[in-house]
Amino acid sequence: MIEFFRNLFRKPRSAVDMATTAPLTDQQIQSILHSQAVRYEIQQLVASTGQSVGKQRELNEDSLLAITSTLAGNSGSLPFGLYIVADGMGGHQYGEVASNAAVRVVAGYVMKKFSPYLFNLNPVQPEESLQEIMQAAVREAQKTIQHEAPSSGTTLTAALVLGQQVTIAHVGDSRAYHIHPDGRAEVVTRDHSLVKRLEELGHISADQAANYPHRNVLYRALGQGDILEPDIFTIAFPQTGYLMLCSDGLWGVLSDQDMVRIIKEAPNLHRACQSLVEAANSAGGPDNISVVLVQLIG
Amino acid sequence: MTLETQRITQPDDELGKVQPRRQLEPGVTLFNRYLIQDVIGIGGMGSVYRARDLHFPNVVKLVAVKEMVNTAPDPLVRQTIVQNFEREANLLATLNHPAIPRIYDYFSEDERSYLVLEYIHGKDLEAVISETSGFLAEEQVLTWAIELCDVLAFLHNHKPDPIIFRDMKPSNVMIDYNGDVKLVDFGIAKTFQAGQKGTMIGTEGYSPPEQYRGEATPLADLYALGATLHHALTRRDPRMEPPFSFNERPIRKINPAVSLELEAVVNAALQYNPEDRFPSAEDMKEALMAAARKTGLLAKVTSHLVGPANNVKPLWAFACEDEIRSTPLYYQNTVFIGCYDNNLYAINAGDGKFLWKYPTDGGIVSKPVAFEDNLYFGSEDRRLHAVGVRSGKVVWTYYANGPIRSSPRIAEGHLFFGSDDQYLHAVNLNNGRAAWKFETSEAVRSTPFIAHEMVYVGNEAGDFLAIDFRGELKWRFQAKRAITSSPTIFGPMVLFSSLDANLYALDHRNGWVIWRFRLGKGSISSPCAVDDLVFVGAADGYIYAVDTKTAKEVWRFRTEHQVSSSPVIYKDALYCGSVDGNLYCLEYRTGRLRWKFASEGQIIGSPLVFDDIVYVGSTDHKVYALLA
Repeated sequence: MIEFFRNLFRKPRSAVDMATTAPLTDQQIQSILHSQAVRYEIQQLVASTGQSVGKQRELNEDSLLAITSTLAGNSGSLPFGLYIVADGMGGHQYGEVASNAAVRVVAGYVMKKFSPYLFNLNPVQPEESLQEIMQAAVREAQKTIQHEAPSSGTTLTAALVLGQQVTIAHVGDSRAYHIHPDGRAEVVTRDHSLVKRLEELGHISADQAANYPHRNVLYRALGQGDILEPDIFTIAFPQTGYLMLCSDGLWGVLSDQDMVRIIKEAPNLHRACQSLVEAANSAGGPDNISVVLVQLIG
Repeated sequence: MTLETQRITQPDDELGKVQPRRQLEPGVTLFNRYLIQDVIGIGGMGSVYRARDLHFPNVVKLVAVKEMVNTAPDPLVRQTIVQNFEREANLLATLNHPAIPRIYDYFSEDERSYLVLEYIHGKDLEAVISETSGFLAEEQVLTWAIELCDVLAFLHNHKPDPIIFRDMKPSNVMIDYNGDVKLVDFGIAKTFQAGQKGTMIGTEGYSPPEQYRGEATPLADLYALGATLHHALTRRDPRMEPPFSFNERPIRKINPAVSLELEAVVNAALQYNPEDRFPSAEDMKEALMAAARKTGLLAKVTSHLVGPANNVKPLWAFACEDEIRSTPLYYQNTVFIGCYDNNLYAINAGDGKFLWKYPTDGGIVSKPVAFEDNLYFGSEDRRLHAVGVRSGKVVWTYYANGPIRSSPRIAEGHLFFGSDDQYLHAVNLNNGRAAWKFETSEAVRSTPFIAHEMVYVGNEAGDFLAIDFRGELKWRFQAKRAITSSPTIFGPMVLFSSLDANLYALDHRNGWVIWRFRLGKGSISSPCAVDDLVFVGAADGYIYAVDTKTAKEVWRFRTEHQVSSSPVIYKDALYCGSVDGNLYCLEYRTGRLRWKFASEGQIIGSPLVFDDIVYVGSTDHKVYALLA
């Protein structure tokens, strides 16, 4: 009887069974080897930042923060880092107040939550999940900005690194990138901008988007609106590349290829950040520039 | 309902010139095989009948018989018509998709040709729209839209050439009694060769501008799908309106209940220029899923669909002497399952025949594990039993100091399992001797998960432990209540639920909580994860699907009682039992009910799916085998 059913419902062998798999690229093999290698070194984060007011603005409305440490805990030493870029909205009053408040409140909230783990003799893990901490921090910042600088707004891209995971809270059109060693610049955040939305909806093409007249219009920003829904997610830290946070003063001016090339050619992270800023300024420097580069070594 | 296609290049009156034709009367038998029961559709070239296939005398197998009467006087035209009909038959015969009717037969008698197709119990979408008072629920339309994108993607990805359906419209979409969509009438579908221009074929009102110019591409089908969705959401028939005038009838102006998100997706599909639409059916589906997630609509798509008839019949059922609360194992054509009558049963997987049973001195809730010739499982008699797979005879037993409700796992020549004696045990596979024991503070009923040379397990005090192969604790996490659920590793995360009503995602390297998802009530169900989704049941009666990256709920499905069973994924479906007695089969991406099977007791253990067959035990003492 069972044979009868088998025959009746027999499906052709799926194409997957018969397909030969494509050979792995060197990069993929490197990445696999890297992930399987037995490591004896303690993993640690290295970070650097770069910032410039640009060539055409008088005021810096960007804010950034980079905190890097290593936590010694019961599960060994753990890389810890908090990196934030915020871009106050020009045209709004107090753009710089908003971006500054965003960085201070978010960083303050997160560090307070980690304080018992970082600074107490008997480290206690926070009860909330990493995503909940980031969510609450953004909510605090939203409240503060609405109170301190009403009607202003700012973007916020904050990355909390713990071990090999990055938890990201994101609002607006600053970006987080994975810079892969094979030269890919992968955007891991989604711009909350009108132009990106139109592109996502298929109304305009990527080429049209690049020349869209209202490229700076955001549909979601910290400090704006009653209900704020930040994007919060956790991804693996790029093991063999870099994590980069930046404002649109950088990514809006330099192409992906340019950014990757500058990072690869630089002798160290510090130089890479300075060169990125210089390149954006050489290209006209139309806006404030902020960049944070982070690497996991060991 | 009309199943025939209206061709725009061919005005209706031309069809009208064809001589009036005799319809087949109910009671007529075609080809000595198909007993005509009723006319279910009339088209330009003939009728569609419901018929009974007499080759199945003991069951009523219904088929749809599509008739084409070829009365064209011009021999060339006659030939073309027959070729088109044959092309539809040949095309259908090569397509294997749940939303495309299967073709059973094709034959000609005199000037009549017939296609015998799967009969679809249900209605076409046009009838559903007109018979619904008011608007269709948005989540309902959204689910159909996602399914239609699926089938369009299937057609467009057809090898060697994509297939363009060319006539997407409500009357060509059947909704069956399960609420699933089926695409009917492949009469004008054709394979697409890039750059090729064809004649305008399609249905006015639904077809995109370029199809009027004779171009039919995958993007034309997306436009027509957009038009179909627009019609379904607004009840405004585009055939009654000027062509390409959808933007003059904004969906939310007519039906304000529709979300901005869904409206935006439909509008994007309806763009005048093909390059402004979604680049593919997959992208449109992605956008629909995103809209559904954002508006939380998929979560609502639960049980208010047309209730599927509970006509799932087991292939076999095997009766034990007491309740079954455990999960079966399939190994070497045999189903092994423990029972509260203290026996472990070996049952022939093919026919459900008894092979042997092995008695212990306690109830068995532990799922057996097999390695080479032996089977290993725990019992409430405090022993771990190693038994020959074929003989059913004892090889060795290992004594713990408490009942063993955890299921053993095998790694590196050892068995790892927990016991109510509060220990995690590591036992040598060959001789049954303890390698080490790890003491925890409470009973260990969770089944350990082994990965990255670590053993992950929870206990009844709410401790979650990561222990290395030498039996040393690497890290520990504390939930507020018991962790009976068994963990699973998914990417960088270890996932498990707790009686404290959370689904946890911990970094498996260090135990930090990446996210936690709040369940309605506590859970002892073990999560399973696939793609970017994790699934788990809870005592509030829901089966949840949660995005593993953002911890956002994607959908939830309500059963009538608590869900202790653990979901399993097989192909595109999720299988999970409930204390309400049913085994549920859901589409795992949307949480839509495919079918359910009612046992006469509670289903507490988890199902096992192997080779298209689901095996599950119930407290009605029976093990069932069902077609997946």
